[in-house]
Amino acid sequence: MERQEEELFHKAFRGIANDPNLNFTQKSRYLALQADDMLPYPELDVQAKGAMESGLICDMFEGHAPFKPRYVMPDYQKAIIQGSEWLELAPPEDLDEAINFLLILFHHVPSVTNIPVFIGRLDQLLSPFIDDSITDKLLHKKIRLMWQMIDRTLPDAFLHVNIGPEDSRIARTILAVDRELKQVVPNLTLRFDPSVTPDSLLQMAVENISLCNKPHIVNEVMNAAEFVTPEDPRGFGIASCYNSLPLGGGAHTLVRINLKKAAESSDGSVENFIERVLPEVSGLTYQIIRARIDYLVNQSNFYQSSFLVKEGLIEQNRFTAMFGIFGLADAVNLLLKRKPDEGYGYCEQAQDLALEIVKTLSDIVKSTELEHCWNNRALFHAQSGISLDNDVSPACRIPYGYEPGTLQHLQTVLPLHKYFTAGISDIFPIDETIEKNPLALMAICKGAFQKGLRMFTANVANNELVRVTGYMVRCSDIKKLKEEGSRLNTTAFGSEAMDNCGINSRNAQIITDDIPWSKRQ
Amino acid sequence: MSKKPEEITGSVSRIIPFSCVDGPGNRFVIFLQGCNFSCKNCHNPHTMGICDHCGDCVPGCPSGALFIDSGKVTWNQSICENCDQCIDICPRSSSPMTQLLTVAEVITQLETAVPFLTGITVSGGESTMQLKFIRALFKTIKQRSHLQHLTCLVDSNGYLPVSGWEKLLSVMDGAMIDLKACNNDLHLWLTGRANHRVLDSIDFLYKRQKLTEVRWLAIPEITDTSEELTAISAFLKTTAPEAPLRINAFSNSAVKGQARQWQNMSSERIPLLEAELFTTS
Ligand code: SF4
Ligand code: SF4
Repeated sequence: MERQEEELFHKAFRGIANDPNLNFTQKSRYLALQADDMLPYPELDVQAKGAMESGLICDMFEGHAPFKPRYVMPDYQKAIIQGSEWLELAPPEDLDEAINFLLILFHHVPSVTNIPVFIGRLDQLLSPFIDDSITDKLLHKKIRLMWQMIDRTLPDAFLHVNIGPEDSRIARTILAVDRELKQVVPNLTLRFDPSVTPDSLLQMAVENISLCNKPHIVNEVMNAAEFVTPEDPRGFGIASCYNSLPLGGGAHTLVRINLKKAAESSDGSVENFIERVLPEVSGLTYQIIRARIDYLVNQSNFYQSSFLVKEGLIEQNRFTAMFGIFGLADAVNLLLKRKPDEGYGYCEQAQDLALEIVKTLSDIVKSTELEHCWNNRALFHAQSGISLDNDVSPACRIPYGYEPGTLQHLQTVLPLHKYFTAGISDIFPIDETIEKNPLALMAICKGAFQKGLRMFTANVANNELVRVTGYMVRCSDIKKLKEEGSRLNTTAFGSEAMDNCGINSRNAQIITDDIPWSKRQ
Repeated sequence: MSKKPEEITGSVSRIIPFSCVDGPGNRFVIFLQGCNFSCKNCHNPHTMGICDHCGDCVPGCPSGALFIDSGKVTWNQSICENCDQCIDICPRSSSPMTQLLTVAEVITQLETAVPFLTGITVSGGESTMQLKFIRALFKTIKQRSHLQHLTCLVDSNGYLPVSGWEKLLSVMDGAMIDLKACNNDLHLWLTGRANHRVLDSIDFLYKRQKLTEVRWLAIPEITDTSEELTAISAFLKTTAPEAPLRINAFSNSAVKGQARQWQNMSSERIPLLEAELFTTS
């Protein structure tokens, strides 16, 4: 190593080792990331390297030597039935044992952050252990303790619990505990199916949203149609920032295209962008995805050695790759030469172009073979942004602060949702008056699902818990972080995102759309 | 020949496709122009009057959305910036943005929002001054299979005589009535009208199970006196004991005239008022 380079590395390592605001686990993790980044990247050609350096394509800082999949979605149900030889645990026989079993298992599930992003459909997992001998009060206490344990030992807001679509005592207790503790972790999703989920459960969820901006609500019917077949009944789970992924598998990697940068690299015409730029950038994206999968599958020995594979909790062929995009709004406005308040979200022409871009990419993803992946394909994903995204809008969202009235917002994003099998989300900023009228949010949510919205997330103004890109942060933690650090790994991201991405400028809607929709025509 | 219901027109001040503050659930709200009260505390003062096309507001429009066409002030919606300057200028508490819309035209606007709605609310102004229009609108909604599920509510000051309510009963799901004051003198002073008809409306609607809620505006030292609180709770206890009562806190930000000088109701006082109203009733 050159002396100069060595000094640079030392400086980076020392910086982490001596940081006054990181705790020892956080330091270990950042040191490891730094070391990983010193290895050469999996083999790429000059163009692909260039695309990554310029930020046109981003691998989400997954590291240079992918030795674990990005998102792991273990089949916890299977684990609970068979126990674990590796962990030397017999199948649990009562509720305490089941909770204990799961809490142990969670600590052995890897992810890009080292903390699991999916800890299961907890209502389904725990319901078989509940009977009348467990009073509501006792159940509440057990879930409350479990929630505290998860938040304090797995401090990462990407960690996700799924409940529903069926009603259950556990699902209701989870919602009750979640609104009481208002913790950042775990993140929570209610899977909603109008023919299965009772209105009273949805109402409870919506009341929670007005108190703590959780859970977010997922269209079960729409997702199940894509993930569940008679031959493959295991279905999907929702993890991290709105990712729908095959259960018993996950995602090897997520690579995303910055559509704003892509538009900047076109000659400025829509035609050139669609016909030349998009296929080219997609080709480079696939090159990076393939290189990363090749390393993970063929060199890292993850799938050959993990007990999760040996015990059948995950299968390599149930992992996909996520082909992500972000900055759609910026690309559309750039190509149409429109300002944010008259472009995407505000006119028919922008809407049509957005749809054309999304369709073009979706066709590429659907037709491109990808080895080592579920159904031999990647899955298309609208990536909801990371903390370093400056001046680029997340996913297919309307830029923060420019959100139109809720109806117009819905009309803009609704037609896009069906293309993003691996997840898309739009955060609807809503005024706090909704707290007095949860039925209104329910009506909007149900209507939107019926019209093909995949996931519904609301951010109610003036809550202490704020959704950043998909995960939550506590406003008070951000204030504190700047002074004394945080025990939560994601607070640092959240703080960057608040500083960089204009999240504070979201336009809260009283759900009284003041701009008449008829103006669009 | 009488008009078909779809052809009946209403004078519409504004349409809001989504509202969570005008009745239960998510509602499409049609604000109708014109009012028979002149409340000092009106928070939509520009919906009170009827435009006489004086033209005063035209030069004040910064985006050129207003012009005079054969003696009538006309509004070009597509370039209007929603700045509301014209409303502030108008000396007649009216608005040049008022449109004459047929029931069919309102329903066309309603269509895009339908999947997300619980129902519709007609508000104002005083919506019941356009009884024919409301009736035709509700009737049309109740006749169309894809709209039938929408509940049709009226937001009213309660001045409509019982004979008027009778005409609406078959097509209306409920009414939300503002009870401004129980003391008749206070009511007269606040609104310019006596309150007998309002009290009668509450009584009538309650008996017909069409009283969705009673609303009462708490204005410090004006409507929240202990005599008023006692009178209101006694009236409701005998007349509409089970009707939901919504207490709204007065805010001087959207009002005009002397009410601008009135104190705002503090949010801490609301629970105290609630306790007083509900324990005495
Ligand atoms: S609100 Fe009135 S003044 Fe303002 S642009 Fe529209 S018409 Fe003109
Ligand atoms: S809206 Fe008012 S100011 Fe404008 S023309 Fe009508 S009455 Fe005159």
